[in-house]
This record gives sequence, C-alpha cells and structure tokens, in this order.
Amino acid sequence: MMEAIVMDTDGIARALKRMAREIEERVPAGELGIVGIRRGGVHLAQRLQEKLTEATRGEVPLGTLDIALYRDDLSEHSSAPVVGPTDIRFPVSGRVIVLVDDVIYTGRTVRAALDELVDFGRPRRVLLAVLVDRGGRELPIAPDVIGVRLEVPEGEQVEVRLVEAGAARDLVILKPRGQA
Amino acid sequence: MIGRHRHLLGLEAFERDEIVAILQCAASMKEVLRRPLKKVPTLRGKGVVNLFFEASTRTRTSFETAAKILSADAVNWTAAASSLKKGETLLDTVRNIEAMRPDVLVIRHPAAGAPKFVADRVGCSVVSAGDGAHEHPSQGLLDLYTLAEHFSGVLRKGGIPDFGSIEGRTVVVVGDVTHSRVARSDLFGLTRLGARVRFCGPPTMIPPGVKELGASVFHGLREALKGADAVVMLRIQHERIGDPLIPGTREYSRFWGLDERKVQEWLGASCAILHPGPINRGVELSSEVADGVNSVILEQVENGVAVRMAILYLLAGGAQEPPAEGRTDSPAVARTRSANT
Amino acid sequence: MGEIILIEGGRVIDPANGIDSVLTVVLRDGRVAELREHVERPREARAIDARGKWVVPGFIDLHAHLREPGQEYKETIESAGRAAAAGGFTTVCAMPNTCPPNDNASVTQLILSRATAGTVRVHPVGCISRGQKGEELAEYGELKMAGCVAVSDDGRPVMSSMLMRRALEYARAFDLPVAVHEDDLVLAGKGVMNEGPVSTRLGLAGAPAACEEVMVLRDIALAELTGGRLHLAHLSCAGSVRAVREAKRRGLAVTAEVTPHHLTLTDEHLARSDYNTSFKMSPPLRSAADVLAVRQGLADGTIDCIATDHAPHSLVEKEVEFDEAANGVVGLETAFSVCLSLVRERVLTEKRFIEALTVGAAKAFLLEGGTLSKGARADLAVLDPELRWRCEPEHFRSKGRNSPWKGEALVGRCTHTIVDGRFVHEL
Repeated sequence: MMEAIVMDTDGIARALKRMAREIEERVPAGELGIVGIRRGGVHLAQRLQEKLTEATRGEVPLGTLDIALYRDDLSEHSSAPVVGPTDIRFPVSGRVIVLVDDVIYTGRTVRAALDELVDFGRPRRVLLAVLVDRGGRELPIAPDVIGVRLEVPEGEQVEVRLVEAGAARDLVILKPRGQA
Repeated sequence: MIGRHRHLLGLEAFERDEIVAILQCAASMKEVLRRPLKKVPTLRGKGVVNLFFEASTRTRTSFETAAKILSADAVNWTAAASSLKKGETLLDTVRNIEAMRPDVLVIRHPAAGAPKFVADRVGCSVVSAGDGAHEHPSQGLLDLYTLAEHFSGVLRKGGIPDFGSIEGRTVVVVGDVTHSRVARSDLFGLTRLGARVRFCGPPTMIPPGVKELGASVFHGLREALKGADAVVMLRIQHERIGDPLIPGTREYSRFWGLDERKVQEWLGASCAILHPGPINRGVELSSEVADGVNSVILEQVENGVAVRMAILYLLAGGAQEPPAEGRTDSPAVARTRSANT
Repeated sequence: MGEIILIEGGRVIDPANGIDSVLTVVLRDGRVAELREHVERPREARAIDARGKWVVPGFIDLHAHLREPGQEYKETIESAGRAAAAGGFTTVCAMPNTCPPNDNASVTQLILSRATAGTVRVHPVGCISRGQKGEELAEYGELKMAGCVAVSDDGRPVMSSMLMRRALEYARAFDLPVAVHEDDLVLAGKGVMNEGPVSTRLGLAGAPAACEEVMVLRDIALAELTGGRLHLAHLSCAGSVRAVREAKRRGLAVTAEVTPHHLTLTDEHLARSDYNTSFKMSPPLRSAADVLAVRQGLADGTIDCIATDHAPHSLVEKEVEFDEAANGVVGLETAFSVCLSLVRERVLTEKRFIEALTVGAAKAFLLEGGTLSKGARADLAVLDPELRWRCEPEHFRSKGRNSPWKGEALVGRCTHTIVDGRFVHEL
C-alpha cells in the first residue's frame, strides 16, 4: 500500500484556525499557556500560539515538553531513548495550560506529559489539543480540542508532515506501519 | 548502553558521536536541575551503588545527587565502612554488593584498571569515578560540556551548547600530568572532539609518551598560554612521599600557578579557567583568579551533576541485559557471564 | 671605564676565535675593541708591554669553594677573589656548601653582594637538594632568578638515584646544568685515599676508583633518560673518562672538568709526602694510569675544562692525623703554573690548554665570556710562561695554605689580570 493523503495543506490550515478559535472561546485571555509535546506537537503549538497572540492581542507564553524521562516503557527499549530539551520558562501554576500534540493514539504520551507538567507547578486547568485523534486509547484520556478524527486501519499509521520540519508542504498522510 | 558500551570506564575507547550523545543528553538533564521540582521518575526502582575505595565527598555526592534526581535508589559504600578493612578482596566485596542486584555500580579505586576488573565480572553496568592515574571519564565529560558552553557563548546564559565549537580550540592542561587521571580523560575527550591539547608543567610532572597520545608539551607557563582558549589547572598534591617532583608548592605556584597578574598579562579576555577541584588556593590558583570572571569552576560542578545524570540514564534507562537462564538469575550465573563493553 | 688600555706585543691566544699570534689588544670602555698587529698608542692610553708573554681571555673556574657565608675563617669571597686574580682567573663559580648552604635566594644574594665589592666575577652555584641533605629538591627557579648558574651538592654526592633523576629533569625547566661530585659513599666506606698498592703500603684505608666510576655511569644513564644537562666535577680515573667519551660519542649533553692536581699528581706523590694532609682531597690522587687517562681525556676534549676545586682549610682542619684531616687543597694561585707543565710535556697544545681554562669552561655552564671577541667584556690575563717562582703558601692571597706544591719551584705565572677593563692584579 502506498501513502494516502487524508488531509491537505488547506485542510490543516482550516483545522488549526478552528482549533485556535475554540481555545480562545474556552480560555480567558491572560490565563493561557501553550505547551507543545516533543516532537510532533512543537510546531503546531507554535502556530497556535501565533494565532492566539494575534487574536488576543497579548503575548501568549509558549513552552516545549520532552517526555522521555517520564515514559512508562523505558524497560522495553534496549537503549535509553534520546532525551530532548524541555523548555518551560513561564510559571505554570494558576494558568490554563493547553498541551498540544500532532496525533493522539494510546494516550500514554499525554499521560507522561501530564506527569511532567504538574512537576512544574499546579495548573488551574489542563486542556489537550491534537490535530489528529486516531482512537485506540489504552488509558482514560480524551482530547478537548480536535482537528480531525480518523479511523486508522490495522497495520497503518498516521503521520503529520509540516513545512517547519522540512516537508515540502503540510500534509496528514496514512501509510503502512513500520514504513519510514 | 552508550553506543556499543555497557560500561563507562574511560573516554579512550569512545568515538566522537558516542561522546556527543552523552553531552546532548546532559543538556536536557541540565534543564531538570533548573526546575523548582528537581525530580523525574525515570530511574524509579533502579539501584545505583557508589563503591568508593578512595575518599571523595565531591564526586560521590555528585553521583548520588544525579541518581536521586532521576528517582533511583542511591547507596553509598565507602571502603572504610565496608568489610574491606577486615581483608576482604575487591572481588568478594563486589560480589556481595552485586547479590543485592544494583543496576549501576559507580566505582572509584586507587588501582588503575580496577573498574575494568569489576566490569568483567558483574552483570550490571559499571561507571568509573576514577581509577588510579588512569581515567576519570565523568570529569572529562563535564569539562567538555563546560568548554562547549563557553565556546558557544551560552555559559551562564542557558541554552544548548554547540559541541562542535570545541573543534580547533587550544586547551592547556597545567600541573602534575603524570599522576592525573583528569588530564588523561581530558586529553582523550578533547582530541576526540577536535581540540588541540597542550600539557604544561615541570619536567618532573610530564610523563613520557604524551606526544604520541596527541598532546604538545610545554614547561614554560607563559609560552603554553599563548593563544590558549581555555586552561585546566590540576590540583597539586602537597607532598608525594619518596618522590621529590618539585621543591615545594611555593616555587610551583610562582612558575606554574595562576595569579591575577598572569591572567591579565598572559591570558586572552575570553580564556576560560577550569579546575577539577578541590582547589589549593594560593598554589594552582590565587583566590582572585579562582573567584574571578574567567573562572568557570562552579559551572563545572553544576554540569557535573547533569553529566552524571546523563550517564546513569543512558546506562540504566533502557532494558537490562536479560539473564542467561530464566528469570531468577543467581550470582553464580552472573559470574560466568562475560560482559560486553 | 672610559679608559683605553693597550696590551702590546704579546702572544694572543684566543681559542674561541682561532687566534694564536703576536698582536696588540686594545681595550676601550671595559670591552675588547680590537686586536691588531700595529696600533698607534694614543696619549691617554695605558700601555702594558706584553712582549714574550701570553695574552689570553681571563680564566674561568667552574668549581671553587669560597667559604662565605659561615666559614670566613677559612676564606672570604674577598680573599678568594684576590687569589683568583693572582692566578689569572676573572670568573669564579662559588660552590654552595657554605653555612648556611646556598639553597635559597637570600644566600645567593649575599654571595653576589660580597662579590660586587670585590675583584673578580663570582657566579653562585645553588644546591641540588634542600640543605644539601639529598632528600628534597631545592627551589631551582628561585635560585636561577637570584643569579645561580648551575646547581650542585658538592662536596657530597647525590646518593639517591631518584633525587638525581628529578634534579636533572627539574633543572631542565630552568636551563641549569647539574654539576655532580661523583662518589658512591657506601662503596667508599672509610677510605681516605685511593685504594691500591700505595694505600696498602701506607696502611691507610682506601676507596677504589670504582666509587667514582659507578656514579658516573649511573648519572650518564639518567642524563640520557631525562635529557638534562649533566656536568661531572673533578674527574679522576680512567673508567670515568671512558664513560664520558662514549656518552659524548652518543651525543648526550654531558660535560666534565678535571683539577690541576689530578692532572699532575698520583698517590705515589702522597706516599712521598709522608702522610702530608695537603695531599688529601676528594676524589683522592689516583694511580699513574688514571692520571694518564685524564690527561688524554683533557687533550681530546672528552674532558671539557680545567677547574681548580679550590678548597681552603685552616690549620684546625689540616694540622691533624691524615685520617682526620679535611679533604681539599687550594689551587687558584697555582693552577696556571702547574698545568703549564702539560704543555711543556706536549700533552696539550697551548690552544687546548687555554681553551680548557676559558671558553671550554664557559660552554659547559652556558656562560658568556672566555673569548677576546670584538665587543666582549674586557676580562683578560697576561701570563709569563717563563717566569720562575717558588710556591710559598704563606705569601698566598688566599687564607688557605693547604697546597701540595708548597716549596716547589714553579715555572709560569700571571703578571696582570683585568676584569671589565679594570686592573685587579699586577705582579
């Protein structure tokens, strides 16, 4: 099976625009903080932050979170996974934090991200925003702001490609699992 | 594992990308040190045993802190407290400790090669915290990290260093090179990352063969410091019984120590001054220099914890090697298993 | 200074520049201005008639005991300076076995301050080990900065091979030669003279020449290991000369000196003297074969220079039984005369002889001087090679009277000595 495009550049742009509006409606300005989950959520978080900064006419703080140190599956990797940089420079306590990732699947990544986030402080509330919800949850975790829901067949996986990460254009594609 | 290595016994056997992998990981670990809550659950339930046969509060505390931040269980076993005084051999001591199933053994021993000896006979990962005059790999790594921070302009500012910035730089190591494991680890680490290393000290303190290992040799401090990008000052032992290497610390400090005047006249403004500690104030460094703007000694200490966190994470953070026979692995089996490095 | 001095018509022997001919030497402002066959004598010049005499660079002695500080009753820097000048020496290196020993800048500075008030140049030699105890290194950096030109523990050997190794290595950092008195004290035991047929006849305890040779061999090996500069003091036996010859052939930085007494006296002379303590020194007078070997060594350059090992003692130390007497003889005032015999006996050429007292010595200790090059400091001696005189120690400028040539008829004497263009001795 070849790759199949399930969302094109325009689709992604519209989805993000809608997601930003939903966040803006649900969170009072000035209380917001956006944290992208590495690596898939980083650029999306940046795009959302730019849109929200423009909309609210105030600077929305942006952070990055790497979950390697909080994973629950370390003992299953023969080598310890690479630990990327976490960078959260604004106070988390009392804010409404929007965690951003590209795809939510089992929910374990988000679980790790939540554990790490609360080590930084006590947010007033945490919202989860994802571009793609592909189902298949293994933990009771649900996104609050969703770009698109996808049914992903057995043996396939979702990939979000963004120009910031070097892709020719923004795309969401389906491809066989294990294919690079 | 760090690349192909199950143990960290020295930097001589490490390739450039393996060293950079540790340093990159240390950069992420350093961020954890700056959090209000300095704890991550990563090595929860893993055991780290510090087995120190030489007195060292600083290195041991650094490893212990690193382990605890990663939520590992850290246990200290100093030679004085152990049954070693009753004449127990190194091997027996280690086997006893191994029977308690640690994940990482951190060993400091006065005999060169002792960590390797242990590593060949145990099932867990072994980290050398210094063996005789051979190597002190975690010190070498934290020196590299600090130098990279300095050369890429992120020192004291935060940010991830560019480890390629060490390439082409001139680093001078001053002091008793013959007896210094820090000098050796620094030499191996720096040459792997492309720096030019100079050794400087009285002729009695420079061992034969360092040129073949890649260092150039100077006896005059002033000449050695010309064009230096960084200086590592080694600690001088006040008295070495039976071997008169120098007349005394007074003459040493006059000709090979750094004071404010020499720093002003002989060092570039951007030259960093490092020291593995503890400092003999007034011997290797005057107080003004130790506390001055060029000194990055305190940054070295902070980076030491980050580097040791990275080492423990990389060695203990993944799957452990599965036991040879079934899940109940007896120490007898561990003995016969040969370890990979 | 400001003065013009002409030394006219003498045989100028300047081995450094390959000069050996009758010339007039012109000195101006304390420096050698020129050497010429015929020179108009300016009215304001002082002129010395040197016809029939030799005109040479002032002698350089790498090894003398000036006894100050601490033993001024034996000699002072002032009296030694006058003795040196009388012997044609313009530079003397002061050995550090004073009281206190010269292992720190204060003693070095004291020696230099006494010297500036005196006649000849004095270069202090610092100790190899603190207090000359043979255990810890002295502070060579400090000694060099204070003005020492070499380090030595003379009159003791460095028994510890470890210390000798470290001394050679550490001295490299400061470009200092390490000058050693070679004598294995354990092997020497109670010996007070050379072990051989003579010691047997005299019934005196002897120490074999091997005592010197084993240490020479050891230190040549250490010089090779460390790359340090080794200078062997007062070589006295054939084995040492052989070892140095081989070391030099291999290109090692080893230099050596020999004394006038080891070039001309044997243990037979000691026997004939009836236990005279003026024949007791360390290393002792050796066999005829050894004397032949050191003469040959000096002639072929294996031994670089002549050094007096001038060692003045008072009656207290010398007017006692042979066993109890201190080691050492004076030599500054007799060196030229005694060694001139080697020229007459055709063991040495005049050129080699003067070289051994001047530039040969300078090179071993990396010193300036020993030449009559244009612009060089005006340090010269005028010598009468035919002048006969009787050696009478009571008339010595040195306080020491312990000379084995007492009462001897000697040929050859220094008539004028000039340091920095000043006359410091005139006979």
